[in-house]
Amino acid sequence: MIQDNLIKVGMADLNVAHQIGVLKTTGLGSCVGVTLYDSRVKVAGMAHVMLPSSEIAREGSLNIAKYADTAIPELISRMELLGAAVSRLEAKLAGGAQMFAFAGNNDTMRIGPRNVESCKEMLIKYRIPIRAEDTGANYGRTIEFNSETGILVIRSVQLGVKEI
Amino acid sequence: MDVLKEVGNIGAGHAATALSTLLDKPIDMLVPKVRMLPFEEICESVGGAETVVLAIFLRVDGDAPGNMFFILNLDAAKNMLRDLIGMNIQDQEEYSELELSALNEIGNILAGSYLSSLADFTNLNMQPTVPALAIDMAGAILSYGLLQFGQMGDQALLIDTKFLEGDNEVQGHFFLIPDPESFGKIFSALGVESS
Repeated sequence: MIQDNLIKVGMADLNVAHQIGVLKTTGLGSCVGVTLYDSRVKVAGMAHVMLPSSEIAREGSLNIAKYADTAIPELISRMELLGAAVSRLEAKLAGGAQMFAFAGNNDTMRIGPRNVESCKEMLIKYRIPIRAEDTGANYGRTIEFNSETGILVIRSVQLGVKEI
Repeated sequence: MDVLKEVGNIGAGHAATALSTLLDKPIDMLVPKVRMLPFEEICESVGGAETVVLAIFLRVDGDAPGNMFFILNLDAAKNMLRDLIGMNIQDQEEYSELELSALNEIGNILAGSYLSSLADFTNLNMQPTVPALAIDMAGAILSYGLLQFGQMGDQALLIDTKFLEGDNEVQGHFFLIPDPESFGKIFSALGVESS
């Protein structure tokens, strides 16, 4: 791993990388890590999405990186500034787990799957194909996305490391 | 904030006493810290988002809903099992079903005593849900407790109590994250003007 070029993406945050650089976000639970990649110009983007829709937001100044419906458009336009084209973008998804299983099944409990659904709706809207995903289940994930190769490395406590 | 600290103090004091009784050894606690913290820093307070911890989570229902976590590092969890039920713990990564069940019950007892003292103190109805246990990255676990705050901003109110046993080694954390709309209820229950 090229530690020098590690670009941290925090919770409810997003960032982009060009040619060299590894985007990393840690401890995805019900949050979803969305990565977009334009392989021709090697522009990569990553968002750490926390909630499905900004319609439920009650914050004063909206953090657009937090919601699936606002983070993905923002990520796309940040990538376009670096020369990416929407028509060439491909997506990968990780996270969206259900960390705790409960008898009760209210909406908050299902937030992980809802985050994934909402991200997919946005990607469909922009006609961005989903190349790979590692979502659901009940464990946390740390992900690293390499802007040189477009490979997404996923690390979890239970299952170790895998690449998609 | 002082009122919330006192609320945390009383709850955690009872939980520390319960833990001390369970383990038959003195358990100290630090005065709770009550802070509005950015999400990232909440994870930092247990060693970072990627640190593997054992967490017992339960949802607080009733008049002042919120989320509650009892968080232990893995060594502390094993020590606790050894002390509590004389289990012969191998230094293995895995937890047996019996061990997990015992830990779940410890969490249940502590959270129950924390909540019931809060409920007595505030005269608010606070009911714990059935606890759930997870061993995973702190970030993945704690982010779950921050969702209600996520709709309001990027900070959450955290009442953090550290437990100590013996040589100042931190054995565990008690996190209470009241829902945003619960502060007002706690304040007015205690006869304090909410700001």
